[in-house]
Amino acid sequence: MIEIKDIYKSFSGNEVLKGISGKFEEGVTNLIIGGSGSGKTTLLKCMVGLHQPDSGSVLYDGRDFTPMTYEQRIDVRKEIGMLFQGSALFDSMTVEENIMFPLNMFTDQSRKEKIERVNFCLERVNLAGKNKLFPAELSGGMKKRVGIARAISMNPKYLFCDEPNSGLDPKTSIVIDELIKELTEEYKTTTIVVTHDMNSVMGIGDYILFLHEGKKFWEGSNKEIAHTDIKELNDFVFASRFMKAAKDKF
Amino acid sequence: MNFTNFGRYILLLKSVFRKPEKLKIYLKEIAKQMDYVGVGSLGLIAIISTFIGAVMTLQIAFQLVSDFIPKTIIGSVNRDSSILELSPTISAIVLAGKIGSAISSEIGSMRVTEQIDALEIMGINAPGYLILPKIISGITMVPMLVIISMFLSITGGYIGGSVSGAVTPAEYIQGITTDFNPYTITVALVKAFVFGFIITSVPAYEGFYVRGGALEVSQASTRAVVISCISILACDYIVTQLLL
Repeated sequence: MIEIKDIYKSFSGNEVLKGISGKFEEGVTNLIIGGSGSGKTTLLKCMVGLHQPDSGSVLYDGRDFTPMTYEQRIDVRKEIGMLFQGSALFDSMTVEENIMFPLNMFTDQSRKEKIERVNFCLERVNLAGKNKLFPAELSGGMKKRVGIARAISMNPKYLFCDEPNSGLDPKTSIVIDELIKELTEEYKTTTIVVTHDMNSVMGIGDYILFLHEGKKFWEGSNKEIAHTDIKELNDFVFASRFMKAAKDKF
Repeated sequence: MNFTNFGRYILLLKSVFRKPEKLKIYLKEIAKQMDYVGVGSLGLIAIISTFIGAVMTLQIAFQLVSDFIPKTIIGSVNRDSSILELSPTISAIVLAGKIGSAISSEIGSMRVTEQIDALEIMGINAPGYLILPKIISGITMVPMLVIISMFLSITGGYIGGSVSGAVTPAEYIQGITTDFNPYTITVALVKAFVFGFIITSVPAYEGFYVRGGALEVSQASTRAVVISCISILACDYIVTQLLL
């Protein structure tokens, strides 16, 4: 479980996060949603340590991550897997080398064991046999799936996904969403997905935290999200004509 | 580089020299970088050094119009100039253009495509993994390239002198073997070591802290080469002042 307590973060006097708190349980898909500039990605970066919050704390199963030294953080980071918005695959390495990279760095497994693990991860994301391709030879959806395979290669306890559907067609987006949900339930990871994609929200949002202008406005599940009277949330959820029509119909 | 940048550069270097996560992987990376910096630059350095040596011989001969000065001086001047100044400094400036821009672009692209963030999230010391192998290859391969450059520059002088008739081969060889002071080689290698450090660490710093996109990466690359060249010339003066 990951718990965040009263997170504040500002850049050059501009306050981006204003006291965000929340609890993200394991085995369920936790979503952080909000419009552009609402502070979702900044919150995610504060949680994984890419940004240092001005105040507040991030607890990984009770371990306070924020005051930790660089060396102490390494132990927590080995338990983290992350899928980046642009996949962030190492473009000088093949798919196999990308997935094997954390195994090479942190395990003493034999090459055979590592290859087996790579093949298992690739099969898990339906990319078996693509070991020798370079990232430049992959489509956007395939890159995301390789990113997921790399993120799960070390059996992470915590999985972070930053806009996993950005730049993908609706069908591929659903495949990625379902994959994230399956992996979360199968490995009981604490999964946090930052998104503004309403299909993801309705499809996999077991727990949703809605941010608006750096503040937490609402939290709940995808079953509750369409039935609130919070204007900011309704403006976000029903921004598209399709969602508006669906609301009017039902 | 203003003081803020200099401070960040020093802090980055502190991170670079942290204990590696896995030595074997770092060694593999060092070997790869040595191949790129050393073997990959050999042809360029060879061509430049040979021509500079040849041109130097012609220019020294042109300036020595007095009959009272023996022609053997051409070889001596060429030797000392090549060893003390031309081979280390010209090689370093050329390498700053070739290697420095490549390092800055590579690391800068990794920054803007979140590959550095990915390394950090995995618990890998990104400055150490990305920059340390480049610095080690710089401080080992640049002195080797400079040694080759010295040899080729002096050889180029021999060829230039012989072909043009500015100096006979016998006079040139007598010149380069007379009054040779081995300490000049030490000075040149100290310079090469310092330059090797500059042309790898300064571009790495510029690339590591890039913010933005493709335009900023290219700007960082240009800045890296300019700052490296200025730093090389400043350090050239300081090392020369200290050691001679």
